[in-house]
Amino acid sequence: MSETLLKVENLKKWFPLKLGFFRSLVSKKLLYVRAVDGISFDIKNEEIFGLAGESGSGKTTTGRCILRLIEPTDGRIIFEGRDITKLTPDEMKSFRRRMQIIFQDPYESLNPRMTVEDIVAEPLRILRIANSEDEIIAKVKEILTKVGLTPPEEFMFRYPHELSGGQRQRVAIARAFVINPKFVVADEPVSMLDVSIRAEILKLMLSLTKEYRSSFLYITHDLALAKHLCNRIAIMYLGKIMEMGTTEQVIDNPLHPYTKALIAAVPIPDPTARRSEVVIKGEIPSPVNPPSGCRFHTRCPSVIGEICRKEEPELIEIEKGHFVACHIYSKK
Amino acid sequence: MPLLDVRNLTTYYMTRRGPVRAVEDVSFAVEKAQAMGLAGESGCGKTTIALSLLRILPPEGKIVRGQILFEGKDIVKMSEKELREHIRWKGIALIFQGAMNALNPVYKIKEQIVEAIKIHEPNVTKREAEERAKKLFELVGLDPSRVDNYPHEFSGGMKQRACIAMALACNPKLLIADEPGTALDVVVQAQILKLLRELKEKLSISLIVISHDLSLITETCDTIAIMYAGKIVEFADIVEMFKKPLHPYAQALIESFPSISSKKYKFVSIPGAPPNLLNPPSGCRFHERCKYAMDICKKKEPEFKEVSKGHFVACHLVGG
Repeated sequence: MSETLLKVENLKKWFPLKLGFFRSLVSKKLLYVRAVDGISFDIKNEEIFGLAGESGSGKTTTGRCILRLIEPTDGRIIFEGRDITKLTPDEMKSFRRRMQIIFQDPYESLNPRMTVEDIVAEPLRILRIANSEDEIIAKVKEILTKVGLTPPEEFMFRYPHELSGGQRQRVAIARAFVINPKFVVADEPVSMLDVSIRAEILKLMLSLTKEYRSSFLYITHDLALAKHLCNRIAIMYLGKIMEMGTTEQVIDNPLHPYTKALIAAVPIPDPTARRSEVVIKGEIPSPVNPPSGCRFHTRCPSVIGEICRKEEPELIEIEKGHFVACHIYSKK
Repeated sequence: MPLLDVRNLTTYYMTRRGPVRAVEDVSFAVEKAQAMGLAGESGCGKTTIALSLLRILPPEGKIVRGQILFEGKDIVKMSEKELREHIRWKGIALIFQGAMNALNPVYKIKEQIVEAIKIHEPNVTKREAEERAKKLFELVGLDPSRVDNYPHEFSGGMKQRACIAMALACNPKLLIADEPGTALDVVVQAQILKLLRELKEKLSISLIVISHDLSLITETCDTIAIMYAGKIVEFADIVEMFKKPLHPYAQALIESFPSISSKKYKFVSIPGAPPNLLNPPSGCRFHERCKYAMDICKKKEPEFKEVSKGHFVACHLVGG
């Protein structure tokens, strides 16, 4: 568990903003949406790492950059000791055998014109992992059984529209795990599913990660789930990591005012629980023009002075493995 | 007398393949200034109940039997004119799921609120209606000067507030919010839930919160009805429901919710999927997924009976 599998260093993704024709004549400088603005973290072998935050905080962009589904603007992604940001698409192919993604919406991530067999076999074919058609079929059957679509013969020739949401997500999981990946990005894999089947899908993903000894980057907005699923968590806000540490450190002993507010806002399914008041107002600002200094200062209930507006706080280690980017702690 | 008393409401969608029994024999009551939560998975009939209450079902939807007594008068028997003059917007207002994304983008928010007021209260002048729109904005925590904005100038949370303001335009006695938290971030969602709680206190209106998310209902409601496949399986006070759920489905649903404050989460789930309501299972509709299912569950439909004061449950296991 100790060895580092993936290291992300100062990752940035700025999307250029398209201006209208006339505005582009007037405005001299290019505008960017700073979706991810310099984040660093590492994921160890067989670890489940959670990336949490509100929508628009850059979680999904980070996940896609790591797999190079979109090209990062700057920064390094070191996978198994090699910087993969500079690899050509051909060189990338050998890495793609070890990394996979499960998307949020199983209604959109499966091609409606392909059968379950074709969908699950596609990565094997593209990456030329199996030697023969028989081997491909055998692998598809094996993984379908593992994800609980049994008997596999009954599901292989169906189309996605014949499956329920939970079954579709199982197909997406089968597609990800069929190539025995070292690293899987799961982007809100259960948020579209009904509550009663969520737990089953999560259990399935947990058992598969254990069996294949893969690492998991779990992208979510649901802190309650993240708490029970992840080993470590990073909280993102406007393209920056605000706090990072083990799940116990971040959820049970949050330090950053944003993390505290986020946790206080999570509804508790217990009517006798004491409700904490909502402490932050407003909504996440635009990433085109993020606030100066600490990005959270416009909504922060515990601003300590000019420093918050002027200087950007660095992510510093407060206790072993627990990082916070806040001026309240950088003073000490 | 409760403000709203629904008795044996049954709504079917008449399709070419036969009737979809979306809501069957559903009974519940909402007292004045009380909030009820309607929980259940997608497709269990929550929204159909809301549409039935206002009689705004799509053409194929039919209320087959039952009564909806609002202040003692049966909505099922009312004419369109009566509905328009007394019930819709004035008696019961509904905030649709995703209403915030259905605001008309080419009209100012103010114009949309004024339109709603003018239709239901023709005697009100335009200026009065505009004044009322501003007051409503203040009530829901928006800057009154922003009534002249267009929807795209608002953020998600502000749009949701504007929708709540619009729903309150004709002083309804009952406000129905269909999934008020979905599509909003946790922080904003918490703000909206707080607003709903405050409005209930301030205006002493009744509330029905429809959601698949039990935690959202516990934050806003006094009572809760849990639905499964077109039926209410259990109805109780919210504290009682969480302390002592009796129906196996309610138990599993409550257990399957991870809580950020709990130490451990067992990843509980209910095997199988909800049934097709074109042809629901015989007997208890939950028996195929129920781990306690007995012989009688397949044959006989359990009665929805009161086991202790205000606590109703429909299960053969309970009360012999």
